[in-house]
Amino acid sequence: MDERRREIWIRPLLTWAALCVLLAATCALAYVPMGRANLAVSLAIAAAKAGLVGVVFMRLFENNPLNRLAAAAGPIWIFVMFLLLFSDYATR
Amino acid sequence: MSGAFLKPPFENLERQHVAVSFGMWIFLGSEILLFAGLFAGYGVYRNLCPDGFLAAGRETDIVYGTINTAILMTSSLAIAVAGRAARAGFGKMAWRLLIATIVLGLLFLVLKGFEYREDIEKHLIPGAGFPLAQKGAQIFFTYYWVMTGVHAIHVTCGLIAVGRLAVAGRRNLAWLAGSASEDATALYWHLVDVIWIVLYPLLYLTGRAHG
Repeated sequence: MDERRREIWIRPLLTWAALCVLLAATCALAYVPMGRANLAVSLAIAAAKAGLVGVVFMRLFENNPLNRLAAAAGPIWIFVMFLLLFSDYATR
Repeated sequence: MSGAFLKPPFENLERQHVAVSFGMWIFLGSEILLFAGLFAGYGVYRNLCPDGFLAAGRETDIVYGTINTAILMTSSLAIAVAGRAARAGFGKMAWRLLIATIVLGLLFLVLKGFEYREDIEKHLIPGAGFPLAQKGAQIFFTYYWVMTGVHAIHVTCGLIAVGRLAVAGRRNLAWLAGSASEDATALYWHLVDVIWIVLYPLLYLTGRAHG
């Protein structure tokens, strides 16, 4: 495999390997009794995996600021929605 | 050369690429808000009926769920490398990776079909004859069917879009590198992967450590 092909593959392949490790970790940790922390741990790992896909596969950091802003808008409004929603349900 | 890819009203290819990817990111933002509505509903009901959700979560098939997660992650790798290969001038490699993406996407849907058959055989459909008595267990499975169903529709749309790329790219390998379609399609495919990554702990890992 020549240098240019290697360059194309290396970062995505390392990212994929990290995703596989995280998948194995989240699957194994799901069987460890941690009470309410089970959900928090599995969601944190899911967020890390989604972040890897976003940053490397979707090339967020190589993108122009306009795209990064558009990409950030969704998660920001979801955060606001969940904050308002669970500030009600979690405090009843 | 570049004239073949340039579409009105854009003055040059760079602006066209910026506009296409910006438009795609806005569309993806609306997509994740659609799923966030489902996640919010799931969160509220899980909070109200924790026992039913934990009991129902143990009934989904973690083997199918985990294998399908790995398959989608691998398909994301394939289409991510396809874009890099196309831009670096390896058109043939890019085309083969698009075919790999389609094969993996189809494999995902086939396994999902087998899983659905198993769920139906276990009567895990909300309504009469549902096997779990705990409050909220049926609501969990309502979310299971709706979330995985809506996701499967997205996988199908993604497959059509990647299939279009593969057909057009086979006729003209240079098109894959120059057109903004490849970038936009890959972004959509990655989003479908990201949604599944979030669905996986909610539907397949829930309740495994309990009972």
